[in-house]
Amino acid sequence: MNTQVDICGITLKNPVMNASGTFGSGMEYASMVDLNRLGAIVTKGVANKPWEGNPTPRVTETPSGMLNAIGLQNPGIDTFIERDLEFLKSYDTKVIVNVCGHSEDEYVEVVERLGDCDNVSMLEINVSCPNVHEGGIAFGTQPEALEKITKAVKKKARQKIIMKLSPNVTSIAEMAKAAESAGADAISLINTITGMKIDIRKRSFVLANRTGGLSGPAIRPVAVRMVYEASKAVKIPVIGMGGIATAEDAIEFMMAGASAVAVGMYNFHSPTAMTDVIDGIEKFMAENKIQNIQDIIGVV
Amino acid sequence: MISTKAKVTDTRKLAEGIFGLTLSTKAAIEAKSGQFIMVNTKSEAHLLGRPISICDIDKENESLSIVWRNVGYGTKELSTLKEGEEVDIIGPLGNGFPTDEELIKGKSITLLGGGIGAPPLYALAKELSSKGVKPVVILGYRSESAGLFLKDEFERTADVIIATDDGSAGVKGTVIDALKEHDVKSDIIMACGPMPMLKGIKNYAQEKGIDAYISLEERMACGVGACLGCVVKTTHKDHHSQVNNARICTEGPVFEAKEVEI
Ligand SMILES: Cc1cc2nc3c(=O)[nH]c(=O)nc-3n(C[C@H](O)[C@H](O)[C@H](O)COP(=O)(O)OP(=O)(O)OC[C@H]3O[C@@H](n4cnc5c(N)ncnc54)[C@H](O)[C@@H]3O)c2cc1C
Ligand SMILES: Cc1cc2nc3c(=O)[nH]c(=O)nc-3n(C[C@H](O)[C@H](O)[C@H](O)COP(=O)(O)O)c2cc1C
Ligand code: FES
Repeated sequence: MNTQVDICGITLKNPVMNASGTFGSGMEYASMVDLNRLGAIVTKGVANKPWEGNPTPRVTETPSGMLNAIGLQNPGIDTFIERDLEFLKSYDTKVIVNVCGHSEDEYVEVVERLGDCDNVSMLEINVSCPNVHEGGIAFGTQPEALEKITKAVKKKARQKIIMKLSPNVTSIAEMAKAAESAGADAISLINTITGMKIDIRKRSFVLANRTGGLSGPAIRPVAVRMVYEASKAVKIPVIGMGGIATAEDAIEFMMAGASAVAVGMYNFHSPTAMTDVIDGIEKFMAENKIQNIQDIIGVV
Repeated sequence: MISTKAKVTDTRKLAEGIFGLTLSTKAAIEAKSGQFIMVNTKSEAHLLGRPISICDIDKENESLSIVWRNVGYGTKELSTLKEGEEVDIIGPLGNGFPTDEELIKGKSITLLGGGIGAPPLYALAKELSSKGVKPVVILGYRSESAGLFLKDEFERTADVIIATDDGSAGVKGTVIDALKEHDVKSDIIMACGPMPMLKGIKNYAQEKGIDAYISLEERMACGVGACLGCVVKTTHKDHHSQVNNARICTEGPVFEAKEVEI
């Protein structure tokens, strides 16, 4: 049985990784999860300098999901390279670094710094965070802005570039095409869907940021539809995510067109979610006599 | 820290709306007072673990006990669990109260617990007493009729002073009122309770120039330091985050009062 997948020339031992921001840099879960089993580890968004993020409350539960407005708090690229990337060197899994910024220059600065980091296989450019007011989502909701940032990053990047797309757009196919035409090596989707929750007793917003990004099983059908539409629109590989909890969910995304999948907030509920998904995919392949996992990608 | 199923070995009702249970789990082996566990519900609609403090630790029998107030879906579901059922937990989590010999030796230690802030102080009181530093414990409750939960247990291991909002038992007022009224000599305060009480303690400790360690709460998603949901503003740059924010679930929940902006 072959569970390997290929994402723009990078071979992953299996198609299962975590979604950025839901697994720290692996360190936080290393005592509970065998990181070596994962297809890849995707680190939390990192910027050129430390970011404080938003005030609290930053997270709240919603039906089969959660809203978050972390605001991309991160320790900055220097600490990240010294500590987090150093930590990941001892593991046998691919490392994908998620990059954020307020401006084109800031994205490019981080991408350049990462150029010398040998254990980084790919960069995932987060142009779709709904929780930062400048940058972030502004790049991710207009095709022209997305093309511009993709080109700028691509020009300086030594690693392959994954553009992470926002679902908060009218046509995901159009955004996917914009990323592809600007030179992206792959795309990932979906990031969180902008939402809001109100505390009716306090007559106020639950999250200090007022709005937050919705994730978890609640968004899965939206994500599957978008992965399907995006993968039909482009030739570059698609990494699918949004509410994956089980192997069945992961297989659904792959059949919709994803070459690899990411588990996000479900890691919080069940730290073994990713390894359970990997086990479940292998079982599904055995039961259905699937020799090669790549045979199910985009079969619908 | 492990992610595991834990078997319920005992359930109890301590007062109206206040429940407790004992869990058989290997998470007990490493557990310290002031740490907490994340407890999952069984509902696929309620996916975030509920952070609940460890109230008592029995390392020999590998069991932990927790005590909570029913406030919403998760805590209410927890109070319907029966002996023999299992729950998914992650733990032990967080730093716990400081109990190093060099910190506590020969010191007068006062523990302040407001309402449902009392449970984590129980394991602490036992630990301090066993190390030869019997603390004074001041517990604040709504009223005698609403239940002075855990009072008897605390009395077996510490000197206990009670405060109630309505004066129906002990001192009328807050735990800080009781602390002042009884003029309790304290070199170190350790506390858990609602935010206004913790702010009061921070100010009191600053005035008196004494060390205070307070256990904080915040909305949590992961409980293990990965999501950055649960931060508190810190006076100094936090080593992990590189900004003035510390993760309550990991660097805390217990902080030195002067280190946090609350
Ligand atoms: C470190 C820590 C230790 C705690 N220890 C105890 C304890 O020993 N006993 C006890 O009774 N309570 C404790 N709490 C508070 C307890 O976590 C909440 O009462 C509980 O999560 C409420 O869940 P619910 O589903 O009943 O309420 P709901 O309101 O339905 O919960 C909805 C969501 O909000 C979260 N939430 C609600 N209230 C709080 C709160 N006060 N703090 C953090 N998250 C909250 C829930 O976890 C859940 O994600 C602790 C909180 C923290 C952070
Ligand atoms: C707490 C939290 C933090 C996140 N941080 C990031 C981030 O730093 N960068 C990013 O590209 N996406 C971030 N995301 C989005 C996830 O990577 C993912 O796209 C989204 O949550 C959907 O997947 P899920 O439903 O499985 O969680 C975050 C999500 C959550 C819940
Ligand atoms: S709850 Fe996720 S970092 Fe503390």
